[in-house]
Amino acid sequence: MDAQFAVAGKDFAISVTDKTAASSIVKMKHNEDKTYELTPHTLMSVSGEPGDTSNFSEYIQGNVRLYGVRNLQELTPSETASFVRGELATALRSRRPYQVNMLVLGYDAKAGDASIYWIDYLAAMAKVPYAAHGYCGYFLYSVLDREYRPDITLEQGMDIIKKCMVALKTRFLIQYSDYTIKVVDSAGVRVVSMDDI
Amino acid sequence: MNQIVHQLTADTAGELGLGSELEFELAGVERPLAFGQQFTDVKSDKDAMIKVAHGTTTLAFKFREGVLVATDSRATRGNIIASQTVKKVIEINDRLLGTMAGGAADCAFWGRVLGMECRLYELRNRKRISVAAASKILANVVYRYKGSGLSMGMMVAGWDERGPGLYYVDSDARRLENDLFSVGSGSTFAYGVLDAHYRYDMSVDEAKDLARKAIYHATHRDAYSGGIVRMYWIHKDGWVAYPLEDVGELYYKFHPEVPLTNAADSPLTLASA
Repeated sequence: MDAQFAVAGKDFAISVTDKTAASSIVKMKHNEDKTYELTPHTLMSVSGEPGDTSNFSEYIQGNVRLYGVRNLQELTPSETASFVRGELATALRSRRPYQVNMLVLGYDAKAGDASIYWIDYLAAMAKVPYAAHGYCGYFLYSVLDREYRPDITLEQGMDIIKKCMVALKTRFLIQYSDYTIKVVDSAGVRVVSMDDI
Repeated sequence: MNQIVHQLTADTAGELGLGSELEFELAGVERPLAFGQQFTDVKSDKDAMIKVAHGTTTLAFKFREGVLVATDSRATRGNIIASQTVKKVIEINDRLLGTMAGGAADCAFWGRVLGMECRLYELRNRKRISVAAASKILANVVYRYKGSGLSMGMMVAGWDERGPGLYYVDSDARRLENDLFSVGSGSTFAYGVLDAHYRYDMSVDEAKDLARKAIYHATHRDAYSGGIVRMYWIHKDGWVAYPLEDVGELYYKFHPEVPLTNAADSPLTLASA
């Protein structure tokens, strides 16, 4: 029931996740951050089975950061996404696979472009300009298909994000009171307040 | 490389080496988890040979003076009240408390294991373990048994260098940090009272009043909660336990308009003359 989606322009990517940690019918937390910073220019949002999400993400985060320390060079977003997919695919045929859906967002400083990699719990991966996981996809893909253009600016990207939130607010049974919005670009990863969009 | 990092990430206190010495024996079949699931029933909505005891109200919250922990004391097996005097607070050490909800045996056993790991940490590192690390040990240890039918919803509360600490850890290996938690079948009722009246800048007496009211109202509406209110206050020098309060007596305290009736005064009682 998590909200998780993202939009990328030429040189930025925006990640949106809801802040709720739910257990059965109870909201146990209203300020949970469901994103992990893997490198200074790569962000991963996660949803799925509780326990698996944090365990797998922390394992990935540790290894990606270790790579950066050992090699004095960070993995690019595409390399990071391939690593994530590979680890998930290996675990998929184990006794208890990770049930985790992810969006890997990143800015590649050398190529000067931003990208989003959609990865589901079956370790399927796709490089996409915009993405969503779970029920959100049913409401948001039409909005994103309609509104998205490859040459959007950050402001236009934020407008699309706002339209997505409106779509969820008016038609989705579940009401999300707050979202974590993060932007990845040449300056790195930064949090954007809900009031500023 | 992955193995090294997996140890460090799967296990906050890496050199604890959890896993080698702590092994639960699983069924000697090809798929032990599926085998076990045939006979256990965590959600108690179908017939099974082993049913897990459920039903509780526990709560804990951080406030200006520390952390307040409160629980009820009822244990149920199906529709039967098995006990009204259960202790659902685990005293891990003089600065750390755990609360139990869900399977009593699972909580008691893993709470004890956590106590052992925390003591070993103290001996190895010559300093007290943080609440964050203690809760992470618990989360990691239950993650290894995820899917094997464990049933627990625990809170780990304490005071460390960072001040008051409060974490929620359950058998899904979910681990959350927050200022306020309530766990168990009565938690929705407790949340109703807590969310309406909680303030961070409460005094100890105000915090006790709030916790008592929240547990009381949960026991009033949740058939699986009841017995006595057990309260603990954790401050910078450790925890203190308060005298137990019977929720039956609290009823007359909170509802003074309801008179205590005496059978001898009832018009239905035949005059003995």
